[in-house]
Amino acid sequence: MARKIDVVFSELEPGLALRKALGMGQDEIIKIVTDSNLRGRGGAGFPTGLKWKFARANMLARPGNDACFICNADEGEPGTFKDKKILEQRTAKVVEGMVIGARAVGATRGFLYLRGEYDYMRPLITQKIEELRNLGLLGDNICDSKGFCFDFELRLGSGAYVCGEETALMESLEGRRGEPRNKPPFPVEHGFLGMPTVVNNVETLAFIPHIILNGSDWFRQIGTAVSTGSKLFSVSGDCAKPGIYEFEYGVTIRQLLREVEADGDTKAVQIGGASGFCASADDFDKHLAFEGIPTGGSIIILNKSRSMFKMLKNFVMFFQEESCGQCTPCRAGCSRMPEGILKFEAGNGNSRTITDLLELADTMSLASKCGFGQSVPNSFRTIVSKFRDEILSA
Amino acid sequence: MLHVTINGIDHEAPEGMTILELCRREGIHVPTLCDHPDLRTKGICRICVVEVKGSKTLQASCSTPLVEGMEVMTTGDKVRRTRKTVVELLLANHYTDCTVCPKNLSCELQSLANEYGLTELRWKERRERIIPRDLSSPVFVRDNNKCILCQRCIRACQDLQGVGALANLWKGDRTIIGSAFNKPISEIVCINCGQCVAHCPTGALHERYSVEEVWKAIDEPGKVVAIQTAPAIRAALGEEFGYPPGTRVTGKMVTALRMMGFDYVFDTQFTADLTILEEAHELLARLKGALVEGKSTNLPMTTSCSPGWIKFQEHFFPELLPNVSTCKSPQQMFGALLKTYWADRMKLKAQDIYCASVMPCTAKKFEAGRPEMGRDGIQDVDFALTTRELAAMIKQAGIDLKSLPDSEFDSPLGESTGAATIFAATGGVMEAALRSAWEIITGREVPFEHLDITPLRGFEGVREAALTITGVKPEFSWLEGVTLKVLIAHGTANAKTVMEAVKAGTLAPHFIEIMTCPGGCLGGGGQPLPITPEKREARARAIYAEDSGFKIRKSHENAAVMKLYADFLGAPNSHKAHELLHTKYTPRGRY
Repeated sequence: MARKIDVVFSELEPGLALRKALGMGQDEIIKIVTDSNLRGRGGAGFPTGLKWKFARANMLARPGNDACFICNADEGEPGTFKDKKILEQRTAKVVEGMVIGARAVGATRGFLYLRGEYDYMRPLITQKIEELRNLGLLGDNICDSKGFCFDFELRLGSGAYVCGEETALMESLEGRRGEPRNKPPFPVEHGFLGMPTVVNNVETLAFIPHIILNGSDWFRQIGTAVSTGSKLFSVSGDCAKPGIYEFEYGVTIRQLLREVEADGDTKAVQIGGASGFCASADDFDKHLAFEGIPTGGSIIILNKSRSMFKMLKNFVMFFQEESCGQCTPCRAGCSRMPEGILKFEAGNGNSRTITDLLELADTMSLASKCGFGQSVPNSFRTIVSKFRDEILSA
Repeated sequence: MLHVTINGIDHEAPEGMTILELCRREGIHVPTLCDHPDLRTKGICRICVVEVKGSKTLQASCSTPLVEGMEVMTTGDKVRRTRKTVVELLLANHYTDCTVCPKNLSCELQSLANEYGLTELRWKERRERIIPRDLSSPVFVRDNNKCILCQRCIRACQDLQGVGALANLWKGDRTIIGSAFNKPISEIVCINCGQCVAHCPTGALHERYSVEEVWKAIDEPGKVVAIQTAPAIRAALGEEFGYPPGTRVTGKMVTALRMMGFDYVFDTQFTADLTILEEAHELLARLKGALVEGKSTNLPMTTSCSPGWIKFQEHFFPELLPNVSTCKSPQQMFGALLKTYWADRMKLKAQDIYCASVMPCTAKKFEAGRPEMGRDGIQDVDFALTTRELAAMIKQAGIDLKSLPDSEFDSPLGESTGAATIFAATGGVMEAALRSAWEIITGREVPFEHLDITPLRGFEGVREAALTITGVKPEFSWLEGVTLKVLIAHGTANAKTVMEAVKAGTLAPHFIEIMTCPGGCLGGGGQPLPITPEKREARARAIYAEDSGFKIRKSHENAAVMKLYADFLGAPNSHKAHELLHTKYTPRGRY
């Protein structure tokens, strides 16, 4: 059974991991992270070590040898609030993860891109960053090294969901509309202002100092063989103890429900927010892991009193508003989804409507420009497959 | 070299090539909408998706580079159904009034609907205009209800023209193309070049039509209606009637115009020749002031025949307006002379004459309406039609252009030289000016074989040349040994780069030719659609062939122009010439 553990919010002396990292070669840092098999915690799960390795190679191949390191704190998926808590309580750890990452890939500048709605945290984060600067953990000649300089700016988003997508985030940083770019080229090759750029999620970075201090073997002992380490879950909905939980990868939905004291009347669990998957009772023994149900960590629990239709309607209307509007399948799809869904409420939806919407969902998943558009229909598809009757009789 | 397969067939392709580029090279049809050879790739319409082995999702062929071993399928049910749904989604959101739409039968969305055999839409259609049309401009109409958000207009405006009048507004399903603060076109920084119109795949953008007004003018009793046609028309009009691009239809066009009821069919090339003489003398005066008298005479001098460029300069570089030649454009010189010189000769009153023009240009509509372009309350040019509008009128008149015999322009305002023809191509004004200026200064022809100043030709965005002047006539002794530096730019994004450098002092030629549109007038915003680099090249070949076919290829040898000077104007840059043929500009700023 997967353990509930405490890595991300544990105490850690600022600078300890960074000083150790500075004693290593860049390739050695990348090797430890690669060997740990740490994968991105934002949702996509790309191997962090590999991302750093690509960025470093591109940095070396580029005239001027510059690179950029970005912390993605645009936590916008409905139902997730873990990054907010990490930044509030463990700012230093995240910043240290950034500095170690910047050291590894050879970045001298960077950004912390903070969700617009988290503006209230700005004074706190600014103060923490300033403290780290005063400790010599950020800025010029970090930790009294000769010549290792890295600093970053705190930038705020303006409320667009899509700016959590890394290329849209960089467009926003560059002062343009937050619209995803074509990939390839990937950010590690052509990112912020064309520089090789790493974009890592807040939670991913919070693990870095621990991996440096404790080694990759330590990290691999946690979790499953494929999904190493632990994961934060933002739990909300029908349970006695909502909040943030850290579990080893491989935890089952049932175990998580028990831990958060769901009332035993749970009908469904929405995993991964509006763009995630809906699990029903027969899924509860499935594992939350890259090889099971992968997730950025949003867990919304619904008991039998809840309407699946209303949740679905809420999701599709959210996307209607939040599609960046750039590509046809996502823009038009996100406006036709509610059109179709609302038919059920109005009493003129039928199984033909569902068939049409499923075909629309296929087009959105297959042809949208970015990962967001491609994952918009996930919730629709899973809710409809598990609660078809509830939708038809809405 | 990469080794890939498309639909199971092996192909070799160079590194960096996209799937779409290879498909096009191999003649494999992949539909596109947001892609355009003139524009930076966006990858947003998603109609060009193909299946790539190993990918969970389909890939946009326009934005996906080939990699070694890639296996691509451009057909198959998944691809076909996805494309069909994309077309369906676009159509459902598109206000469809095809039969009364100006883009009927030339709309790219309409062809795709046909290609994918759509017989019904599963979504609620836009059955009426939910966004009012922008009818504020005398040049364009913008109908967002027909916009499919391909952003071709945005990229044309920003990347080709450096203007940036258009951008996406709002997000999600409320996204529209609009302007800063969603102001109407008439109130924004827009140069009226029409490159947005020329790159729009649907009826969302089109010029403001003057067709009905012109038919009405033709029928108006007691009025004489004269029409002038710009050099670039003859090399492009044929495309609207099934001729391959680059076919010259000068003589047939003249016949058609007469059949349509125009009383006189003249040639803007007449005043193009005149422009050369006025502009060459203006340049010589500025050079003399600077070189001999040590005065500041606002060098480099820039050309003034392209009205988009004029408005561009008024908005973006008002401080460099003194550098712009004061010569009116050939269209406006023509109108001014028609209603004075020609009216006198014909014993007509200016108010009894209508002057229509056919231009490859949308900005000419704005230019014709400028308050400074007329006298005594009468505009010099009454109607400025685009090439497309002329084609529509010919069709409305039931004329089969292909079957027509050739005929000649009327005299004297229809007489011209090869030098005037090449005004249509980027570099042409410069070449025509040098052919005359060199001869005025030295008494000899320009030292290039067949008068073809080939270093000035081509499609490079910015081109520079230098010519050292030797063997001058005694009155130009001050020019002996001077190296005349000239520069040519087309597309106002290129012009912007040049003007920044001029302003910074890092670039200091004597004379600069600017054409607003890529390729010059032959690539103008009023030309037949669709516009492509290949068509611009074909039209340029036609223009240079037309020039070569002229017996007289130097503006100062246009006998009718010389007679105009002798009988009416006196000399180039005379008082009378200034009154009728020169103008001044309006600083407008960027906001």
